[in-house]
Amino acid sequence: MVRGTAHNAIEVRGLRKSYGKLKVLNGINFKVPTGSILALLGPNGAGKTTTIRILSTLLQPDDGKAYVAGHDVVEEPFEVKQKVGLTGQYAAVDQYLSGEENLLMIGRLYRLSKQDVQRRTSELIKLFDLVEASKRPVRTYSGGMRRRLDLAMSLIAAPPIIFLDEPTTGLDPRSRQTMWEIIKKLAASGTTILLTTQYMEEADHLADNIVVIDDGKVIAEGTPNALKARAGSDRSEIVLVSAKDLDKAKDIIDGQSLQIDETSLSLSVSSKNGTKQFRQILEELEKAKIPVESFSLHRPSLDDVFLKLTGHKATKEETSSTKKGKK
Amino acid sequence: MQDRSPATLKPEDRTELFWLLSNTWLMAGRSIRHIIRSFDQVMSLLLFPIMFMLLNRYVLGGAIDTGNVTYANYLFAGIFVQVLAFGANYTTINLAVDLKEGIVDRFRSLPMASSALLIGHIVSDMVRNVISGVIIVLVGLGVGFRPTASAKEWLFVVGLAMLFSLAISWASAILGLFVKSLEAAQWIGFVFIFPLTFISSAFVPTDTMPPALQIFAENQPLTQVINAMRSWLVGTPMDNAAWMAVIWSVGIIVVSVPLATWLFRRRGPVG
Ligand SMILES: Nc1ncnc2c1ncn2[C@@H]1O[C@H](COP(=O)(O)OP(=O)(O)OP(=O)(O)O)[C@@H](O)[C@H]1O
Ligand SMILES: [Mg+2]
Repeated sequence: MVRGTAHNAIEVRGLRKSYGKLKVLNGINFKVPTGSILALLGPNGAGKTTTIRILSTLLQPDDGKAYVAGHDVVEEPFEVKQKVGLTGQYAAVDQYLSGEENLLMIGRLYRLSKQDVQRRTSELIKLFDLVEASKRPVRTYSGGMRRRLDLAMSLIAAPPIIFLDEPTTGLDPRSRQTMWEIIKKLAASGTTILLTTQYMEEADHLADNIVVIDDGKVIAEGTPNALKARAGSDRSEIVLVSAKDLDKAKDIIDGQSLQIDETSLSLSVSSKNGTKQFRQILEELEKAKIPVESFSLHRPSLDDVFLKLTGHKATKEETSSTKKGKK
Repeated sequence: MQDRSPATLKPEDRTELFWLLSNTWLMAGRSIRHIIRSFDQVMSLLLFPIMFMLLNRYVLGGAIDTGNVTYANYLFAGIFVQVLAFGANYTTINLAVDLKEGIVDRFRSLPMASSALLIGHIVSDMVRNVISGVIIVLVGLGVGFRPTASAKEWLFVVGLAMLFSLAISWASAILGLFVKSLEAAQWIGFVFIFPLTFISSAFVPTDTMPPALQIFAENQPLTQVINAMRSWLVGTPMDNAAWMAVIWSVGIIVVSVPLATWLFRRRGPVG
């Protein structure tokens, strides 16, 4: 039976999960429209992986409802599994099999015909740049290759919905770029994607919508731009060449929100209509013959958003290392 | 990407039974590849039994009275069963490895029968035990084991070996689902295997033991299996050992298969 709303590939209502006394999810709600990318953004321990595990039927929620492709994840896990590809936080590949054997095995477990599995396997090996390594045991792969194989394995049946738990953690910049391209193309071809990330930049770049979670609660949601607007307006920053111009520059730029850093010779001012005001300031400085070292226009980053919403930074390095150590 | 749009890849239309068998076949194929690609497992599982065979045969053998069979002939059945038990320990280890590597999460997220993974490990265990069984027979022949078994008796030996392997592999699967680390998986088997093989008829006749041990030794499954095999191999008295061995094995299977399957389904995230 298909429930939930037809145009939402994923719908989560009041999801709760505790481990003993530890409340990991505290009533999470969100929707992912079919064919869109949603980024679940949150610091270590926020409950991102827990949410993904519940949605991919690996874990039972204590309370609340979750529908994936219109199927209740608790009541119809089998139907959900047929529609979903999961790439977990830690690579789930078979070390002793080759990349090709891994793909063939998973394809067949998805119940594809032997011809389909063969064709998809060679397609994906090419797509993920694993041609040379395809016959080698995965044991000999680098971390990035494993990650790519892992993603290929969850795409083998071309599922309409995919879950990616921190898909680019541990990748070098080039591999991350490739991964982003692939994710965007998947979405363009109509796949619904739910991904988790700790990187604001990644959510900003990929997601149609962002759900920010912290301590098992949704603390904000919206498009990347809407979230950024909440963190305040743009700021124009000018850095002067010499300290003797500082006072003159102050008069020219003048404004309520003017901030001056005398040691770095920088002046910044918040601006409603960023570029226009920015140009004005530069022109006037030029008229007054004040040389400018550099100038820049800052849009608030999602980091600023996060800081504003939670009062703490998104990435807590120390908790990350203790948590990894436990595993 | 020339990727096909979602949902154009349709699952093949087959019966559920077909997929259960197909899944199991795939999982068994996977585990058997593991044996071939990590053959040192087979060698290392033979290490202890071969060591015991040599030490018992040459160091202690002279002092042990085994009646009208030579000690080498007496000892072999014990060592053989010990090989099967060490082999089963690899179900514990390999299952723990799978759970740790996260591949089990992948399997669970697929529309497959979750018991297929367990059965795959058990099947590959049987294959490994056949390989190591053949090797240990050859080593046995080298140190003076001279079987008198007829073809039919050899068949019984192989049959019981398979049945008993099956039983202890399932029991070992339960251990594999309980342990939290690989090190634990490696050692927990020994905690069972050593006492069970020593307090049995494997190395010495049980009537030389103190009464309490003797009662335990004579009524535990390993002794029954060893006595049955020994009787077929070198003609020692059978009594009801064969029947008891079969009853024990079937009993262990009947209890551990549902228990292991249930534990596997229930087992939550790996921590
Ligand atoms: N099996 C478990 N038993 C007990 N606590 C758990 C278990 N799994 C997760 N937790 C706890 O639940 C909380 C949320 O974990 P989760 O893995 O969902 O976080 P996350 O947002 O994915 O973090 P990360 O960015 O580090 O991956 C953490 O505090 C974690 O310690
Ligand atoms: Mg996580």
